Amino acid sequence: MFSFIAVIILIGVFFVLFRAIKGPTIFDRVLSVNLIGTKAVVVIALIGFMHNRPEFMDIALTYALINFIGTIAFLKYIEKNRLD
Amino acid sequence: MIAVDFLLLLLLVIIAVAAISAKDILTSIMLLGSYSLVIAMEWVLLNAVDVAFTEAAVGAGISTILMIAVLTRVPRFEKEPKEQKHFFNLFNHSELLALATVVITGALLISGTWDMPAFGDPNSPANSYLSPEYIERSYPQTGSHNIVTAVLASYRGYDTLGETTVVFTAAICLILLIRSYKKNER
Repeated sequence: MFSFIAVIILIGVFFVLFRAIKGPTIFDRVLSVNLIGTKAVVVIALIGFMHNRPEFMDIALTYALINFIGTIAFLKYIEKNRLD
Repeated sequence: MIAVDFLLLLLLVIIAVAAISAKDILTSIMLLGSYSLVIAMEWVLLNAVDVAFTEAAVGAGISTILMIAVLTRVPRFEKEPKEQKHFFNLFNHSELLALATVVITGALLISGTWDMPAFGDPNSPANSYLSPEYIERSYPQTGSHNIVTAVLASYRGYDTLGETTVVFTAAICLILLIRSYKKNER
């Protein structure tokens, strides 16, 4: 059951990835990479329940934080052309 | 399980090809960030949670930010090749040499995996006597409840010391480089 849901979410990742590769503007790409990160959080939580180790949820939470940092860095570069 | 594995590996190949062929380097960096997210999912699927944690922190977090920091100093778009390549000399000599090097190195690495025991084989040397030894001895010998920490910080202490020295030197070099650039700008 959990792996079936993981497969469906991973098929969704393909559609998001299409937008990341094709995306006409840079904001489409930022959004789709952020969305891939969100889906990764869900898939890691599902894999944790698949292996009967729900403590993988901690890693999923850390992923959510790291995903946010990357998006902020991209948007700061696009807006100011520098990071500091 | 196998379907999830298959989809993850297919995603990895698609992302890698797209990252190579993108003309905008910012797109390549974004695709590399999603690449490390996908490969971190694969590590979690293989039960290598520590590796997945490092991959997410370093691959998707730090290295993305470092590459953007580099991108603030260099042009963002790849230059178009000067002359239009004819189909017959699609590969010039240097590209052929690079392709041959990659193919030979890959073949050597794949031939090195033939001797390896199957994944999760209970009779492999690592599983038959090495891991039980560590599980039994690491707490009384080192006093650490986490076996990975015990191996990294105690059994392989000198190796970790060398790694830390390398990372520290790299960090000093990075700080010096960024500082000198700032001075020139202002």
